[in-house]
Amino acid sequence: MATSSAPTPKVNRLGLQVLDYRGGKTTLCAGCGHNAISERIIDAMYEMGVQPERVMKLSGIGCSSKSPAYFLSRSHSFNSVHGRMPSVATGALLANKNMLGLGVSGDGDTASIGIGQFVHLMRRNLPLIYIIEDNGVYGLTKGQFSATADIGSKLKSGVINDLPPIDTCSLAIELGATFVGRSFSGDKKQLLTMLKAAISHNGTVMLDVISPCVTFNDHEGSTKSYKYMQEHEEAISEAGFVPSFEDISIDYDPGTTYDVEMHDGSHLRLRKLHDDYDPTDRVAAVKALMEAHANGEVLTGVFYIDPHKPAFTDMLNMVDDPLATLSEERTRPSKKVLDEIMAEHS
Amino acid sequence: MATINAGAPSAQGEPTHTLSTSDKPVVNDFSLQVATVNGSGSQSANNVLLRSIFAMGIPVSGKNLFPSNIAGLPTWYTIRASKHGYVARKEDIDLLIAMNPETAQEDIESLRPGTVAIYEEKLNLRQFRDDVICYPVPFDQITAEVCPEARLRKLVRNMVYVGVAAQLLSIDPAVVEESVRRQFSTKKKAADLNWAAVQAGYDFAANSLVKTDPYSVERMHLTEGKIIIDGNAACALGAMFAGVTVVTWYPITPSSSVVEQLIDYLKEYRLEPDGKASFAVVQAEDELAAIGMVLGAGWGGARSMTATSGPGISLMAEFAGLGYFAEIPGVIFDIQRVGPSTGLPTRTLQGDILSTAVLSHGDTKHVLLLPCSVKECFEFGIAAFDLAELLQTPVFVLSDLDLGMNNWMSDRFDYPEKPINRGKVLTAEDLNRLGGFARYKDVDGDGIPYRTLPGTNHPKASYFTRGSGHNAEAKYSERPEDYKGIMDRLAHKFETARTLVPAPQIVANGTSKVGIIAFGTSDYAVLESRDQLKKEYGVATDYLRIRAYPFAKEIHDFVASHDRIYVVEQNRDAQMLSLLKLDLPAEQIVKLRSILHYNGLPIDARSITTQYTQQEEL
Ligand SMILES: Cc1ncc(C[n+]2csc(CCOP(=O)(O)OP(=O)(O)O)c2C)c(N)n1
Ligand code: SF4
Ligand SMILES: [Mg+2]
Repeated sequence: MATSSAPTPKVNRLGLQVLDYRGGKTTLCAGCGHNAISERIIDAMYEMGVQPERVMKLSGIGCSSKSPAYFLSRSHSFNSVHGRMPSVATGALLANKNMLGLGVSGDGDTASIGIGQFVHLMRRNLPLIYIIEDNGVYGLTKGQFSATADIGSKLKSGVINDLPPIDTCSLAIELGATFVGRSFSGDKKQLLTMLKAAISHNGTVMLDVISPCVTFNDHEGSTKSYKYMQEHEEAISEAGFVPSFEDISIDYDPGTTYDVEMHDGSHLRLRKLHDDYDPTDRVAAVKALMEAHANGEVLTGVFYIDPHKPAFTDMLNMVDDPLATLSEERTRPSKKVLDEIMAEHS
Repeated sequence: MATINAGAPSAQGEPTHTLSTSDKPVVNDFSLQVATVNGSGSQSANNVLLRSIFAMGIPVSGKNLFPSNIAGLPTWYTIRASKHGYVARKEDIDLLIAMNPETAQEDIESLRPGTVAIYEEKLNLRQFRDDVICYPVPFDQITAEVCPEARLRKLVRNMVYVGVAAQLLSIDPAVVEESVRRQFSTKKKAADLNWAAVQAGYDFAANSLVKTDPYSVERMHLTEGKIIIDGNAACALGAMFAGVTVVTWYPITPSSSVVEQLIDYLKEYRLEPDGKASFAVVQAEDELAAIGMVLGAGWGGARSMTATSGPGISLMAEFAGLGYFAEIPGVIFDIQRVGPSTGLPTRTLQGDILSTAVLSHGDTKHVLLLPCSVKECFEFGIAAFDLAELLQTPVFVLSDLDLGMNNWMSDRFDYPEKPINRGKVLTAEDLNRLGGFARYKDVDGDGIPYRTLPGTNHPKASYFTRGSGHNAEAKYSERPEDYKGIMDRLAHKFETARTLVPAPQIVANGTSKVGIIAFGTSDYAVLESRDQLKKEYGVATDYLRIRAYPFAKEIHDFVASHDRIYVVEQNRDAQMLSLLKLDLPAEQIVKLRSILHYNGLPIDARSITTQYTQQEEL
């Protein structure tokens, strides 16, 4: 049989196909927003030409936290315990700071049981892409409200939520995360662009991605349904991304667009859609979030970015090589040192 | 030499009493207690006294009994000098230095007749007891004379009692001076001032007190080549020489000084020539995060550790189980203390044995190392990291407050003979050769699988880590046979652990039908109690000291070869005995009896002897 007619598969700059970024077959419900996010992660990693072996996937517990099994199977992955992905991610990145850390959590995993570790991770600016797959409910335990559910939103059973939501984005901004945004699992283009920029960032990227739970929270009265998002999503800016390995000569209007040079030399271009938009101003970002919330809008886009603040791993002054694989010569002091210490105590 | 002036008028002009204990000199065998106030800076003075006796060549131990308080509450420090080498706490005090006016009356009233009491003259403690040997000292006056600066007097005052005690006990002043200068080695002015205070106390005692007690120190040579160090520093050294790379912690007494001292050591000895650190230390937000970071780092390939105490252990329970199931190395130093919350957090207990052995939910079992000495803190500190990586599981080192926060005399630590053992880790080259691997497969028949580290540059290197639901290939599985298979292999791995952990120390065997089993810091009291039993009752006992869990075969054999076994431990519920019960065959369990001690103070020999003789009806 002649094979010459077979089309050459598309490859990225590493020569890898999109197939090399896939994971196991999903076991989540058909139509679950989390699946769409997994797809975007695959696209972003493929398009950015990230070596899959250089990625660590960390997650907590929940439908969302299971999803790392469904992408990047060539990357090491750790599905840890409920609400404690941040500490596991911190340890893993200390062991090997040269890895790209990708954390996946849910709104229950983050905003309730995990809020303590969440705030401290943000505060440290750990170099991690932290994705909250936010559906306003606990999917895996069958649909109870989470702490990101809006006041007045209704469960299928008719129960109405009467407590205010925790806005993980304003919290992250206030606490020191250096790349904070919100997106929607159904907004392919925006989410993909934000993920590619996230890969280029050194520091904590906190992305709250509204990700409807088709089984427990996609009905009339839910504020995290596909329909509600289609009607209420309001982008604060339009993001464009030029990776470091591509030509950046594409024109933009400095009057209406912020050009952010990322840590790896890529460029994130944020075209204003709101008058007061300034992604370098934390106060403005939190204000915009609060105003949108008061107006019943779900604000999306990159709210805040600071590509210069040192990441946690940089502040620790660690040697260049990963701590995980340092040789005995570098980690066990000599006999002379022990003798010296013993003499001090004699 | 002590002169005994029984019945002669004292320098104060009051008659001293003829006391039975003062009939014959007691050399190098006494327990001296200093009663002070927390935060008064007496620790330096006590250290000087301890070091001086040590430098005179006499085996010595120091125990600090302190409150959960920063300043103002009573504190007692006990120094025991023993020519026999006994370093356990001794229930009876021979000399009291009463520096705390608040507790002075109570302190003196609790003494046995014939005990020595040194105190501030103004307190006039003689009014409460006429059957103790009283040495009133005008501490305030002496202090004011040597220390013109009023704000320093509170501290300097303590050195005056060092001088008084040194003179009364015939400690060589040159040795005391050396100890003072060592204590303040970086501060010449402070050293001079403190030494002057010691001298003033010394001179006062020489000129104004007439010695009527029998206690004295004479030079010996039993401490040559030895060191003095606390258990927490020894654990820290163990960790450093084990090649620890990631350290996480959340402060809690009595474990904080493990990490605080480790940080100092790492900064001194583990910065590379370019000033960069071959380690990372993180103060976590709580113990949940501390253990999470340890496991994340262990999974990522670091040698990771944390240090905590009981309350932290409780918080770590869920993660400990994950570490067991997902087979992730990590070292947890647990410096045990008394129970929860506010109360007695600064008192000692062997209280976490049972809870730590099975920490978490589901069927979990953890490796415990049980050091009894500072030397073992160092050695087990190193062994813990090798075992954690060899066995791919969390390893707990269970010290206690008594061992961790007190100064102990010890032989010098030996440099590790064996190189660091990182266990079964496959590299990219291995994977090329093997063509892949199954993360949870028992390839070698020892229950220990192979792992890869994140970052291994091979398309088949990765695997997916999760809790109980996985098969040998680390694929998600809820199949009954997969779960059972993993559980049985984990049990098999624990059997392998039995052969790898430190074997028990068999101190005596074959001399008696009755055996004693103890572990950790109970060892010292057991050794002394066995001498008491021999001397006072003519009874010989066999003795085995457990050094790790899972229990090695020798422990089973020891129980099997005796009629009765006394398990000595410092808790109320006989936790080690309970753990032994889980491991021993039914016919052996009936042999086990308990000797317990749980009042927050370190166990003493007399308590053991009494409980032993009662139960043996001697
Ligand atoms: C300590 C602990 N408590 C409770 C649970 C039960 N539990 C599992 S998933 C979950 C909620 C997950 O919600 P979320 O993070 O929003 O994920 P989703 O399933 O919605 O994606 C809970 C409460 C658990 N696994 N562990
Ligand atoms: S229950 Fe909800 S969150 Fe879970 S998989 Fe189904 S749709 Fe997704
Ligand atoms: Mg959810």
